[in-house]
Amino acid sequence: MRIVVCVKHVPDLQSTRGFTAERRVIRSADDGTMNEVDENAVEAALGLVAAAGDGEHEIIALTLGPDVAADAVRRALQMGADRGIRITDDALAGADYFGTATALAAAIRRIGDVDVVLTGMAALDGLGAVVPSLLAAALDLPQLTVVQELTYAGGALTARRELDGVTETLRASLPAVVAVTDLANTPRFPKFKDIMAARAKEIEVLSAADLGLADAASTARTEVVLAEPRPPRPEPEIVTDSDSGAGGRALADYLISNNLI
Amino acid sequence: MTETAVRTVLVLVENTADAALRSPALEALTLARTLGDVVALTLSEPSRPALDQLAEAGVDRVLQADLGDAPREIPVVAAAAVAAAAEHVRAGLVLLTSSFANKEIAAHTAWRTGAGLLIDVTSLADDGGRLVGGKRVFAGTWDTECAVTTDLAVATLRPNALAAEPADAPGAAAVERLPVAAAAPAGLELLDRVVHEVSADASGVVRPALAEAAVVVAGGRGTAGDFGPVEDLADALGAAIGTTRDAVDEGWIGHDAQVGQTGVTIAPRVYIGAGISGAPHHHGGMQAARTIIAVNTDSEAPLVEISDFAVIGDLHEILPAAAAAIREQRAAAADS
Ligand SMILES: Cc1cc2nc3c(=O)[nH]c(=O)nc-3n(C[C@H](O)[C@H](O)[C@H](O)COP(=O)(O)OP(=O)(O)OC[C@H]3O[C@@H](n4cnc5c(N)ncnc54)[C@H](O)[C@@H]3O)c2cc1C
Ligand SMILES: Nc1ncnc2c1ncn2[C@@H]1O[C@H](COP(=O)(O)O)[C@@H](O)[C@H]1O
Repeated sequence: MRIVVCVKHVPDLQSTRGFTAERRVIRSADDGTMNEVDENAVEAALGLVAAAGDGEHEIIALTLGPDVAADAVRRALQMGADRGIRITDDALAGADYFGTATALAAAIRRIGDVDVVLTGMAALDGLGAVVPSLLAAALDLPQLTVVQELTYAGGALTARRELDGVTETLRASLPAVVAVTDLANTPRFPKFKDIMAARAKEIEVLSAADLGLADAASTARTEVVLAEPRPPRPEPEIVTDSDSGAGGRALADYLISNNLI
Repeated sequence: MTETAVRTVLVLVENTADAALRSPALEALTLARTLGDVVALTLSEPSRPALDQLAEAGVDRVLQADLGDAPREIPVVAAAAVAAAAEHVRAGLVLLTSSFANKEIAAHTAWRTGAGLLIDVTSLADDGGRLVGGKRVFAGTWDTECAVTTDLAVATLRPNALAAEPADAPGAAAVERLPVAAAAPAGLELLDRVVHEVSADASGVVRPALAEAAVVVAGGRGTAGDFGPVEDLADALGAAIGTTRDAVDEGWIGHDAQVGQTGVTIAPRVYIGAGISGAPHHHGGMQAARTIIAVNTDSEAPLVEISDFAVIGDLHEILPAAAAAIREQRAAAADS
């Protein structure tokens, strides 16, 4: 089985996140990590390989992003991916969802004979949750998205997803695009020897030209026109529940006096 | 788009077979009216009351997509209908309400039509012919605006971003059928689809859906698994119930109720978080709440720091006392 896992480098949730003067998300090596749910995607890839059993398998970690984004690929290699690819090009900087999906899809086609494309359910910086659907559209493959439970048997993938008041079970034959949630599995923590072993693994760098992407393919359909920090929130009004019931009444009074109910 | 042409706004309206439309759909129609001529699209036969509501929202034209045997529950199939309808009415904007399923429909629609895509906007305005969507990001610390540079825009609108209002003048809500040829992608099969039972309070009153509720009471690990106090306050307020991933992991409550980056994103008028620390993953899903109230034993919990009002103490005492005080006040108001 050959699996491509798409991993994104995003600003750490705990860091102070923001935008540059060009209205791009600030990405630095210190404050960045692999998008957390993409760890679940790598873990799902390792799980599929285990379920597939004997045979030749390959897991390729793929990212689109600047130099620092190599960290996300490195993390995937430490977890057990076999090799990595990073797409980078000035022409693709600031790519919107379509630019991203078009470039990732072009790389997946170039790799060839891919059975499963795995992604996280959403990038926790933008929370778009649309790249997986766009990849399925670009590659003309069936999709299993927002997956909470993934199984592989008899050459087909079965997924359970729970959304907006419904639980669905879907089955897809290979090749397919699969986007997993953080509930799909528990990502492994690389050990020292895995971290050392990952150093020897190759990360290939591809440009837009390598992927045969004409300018038109990467032309964004949207443009960020404003990114402005908000003023800090005013200090909260804090009440301590001195005797039982007083705090509850204070809460009710706050709701009533502010016309919130 | 030229200055003279009036933009056609296609709004995907769900649940039209039910007796009443949901609030997010009415909010989307309200916003759509400010941006052009509204056409409603439905994927099933609308009920009489739903048509009345569409008329009240000023809708003249209702397209009912006829998908034949194709499974409309599969987003790619629904997207085929949305794209066909957008072309049929020469839409300049396709508007959907934000949900996981609708984001997938929006993505596939935009892919098919070459449209620019805006996800989870809370505002949409016309700036000299260009559509500009607003969105608050990074746990509420930044405001961003994004302009669509293509002729057609596809956008998903967050529930509760604006108040639904009836139109100045009612529309005809005349239904027109639109045959659409679509099929599920080869190799994909929907094996099972279970619609969850609606949650109701002790007296059988149906609780509002989490994503669209005006008031949400959420309980986390601090409940220690006892959601009684959370339900009590929620029912006194007519609120929906939310939770954290930790409580879902513990099996205390279903994933449906999870608020956060990998759960439901909410923007209620009031959010009350009890026994919730306010981790960034959770915060990212409720940053847009207008008023944030925390109930926590720890005065240094991050949720207390970002709240407007906080009560420090045990939620098991505080929530029932608050519920009782609210019921008392309601009874007093009813008497006078
Ligand atoms: C990839 C990923 C995605 C995630 N997505 C989400 C998500 O979508 N949503 C989400 O919520 N989490 C998510 N998480 C988990 C998140 O990081 C936190 O672990 C979680 O939100 C914490 O839940 P909690 O506040 O209930 O528990 P805790 O952090 O343990 O907080 C419990 C709080 O209760 C207080 N408390 C205890 N007893 C009482 C009492 N008697 N009365 C009042 N207060 C009391 C404590 O002081 C504490 O502040 C995600 C994590 C990862 C890694
Ligand atoms: N620049 C990128 N490089 C690699 N993978 C990406 C990139 N952007 C998005 N993805 C993948 O798509 C998923 C959903 O992202 P999004 O649609 O942006 O929320 C992520 O979890 C990644 O797996």
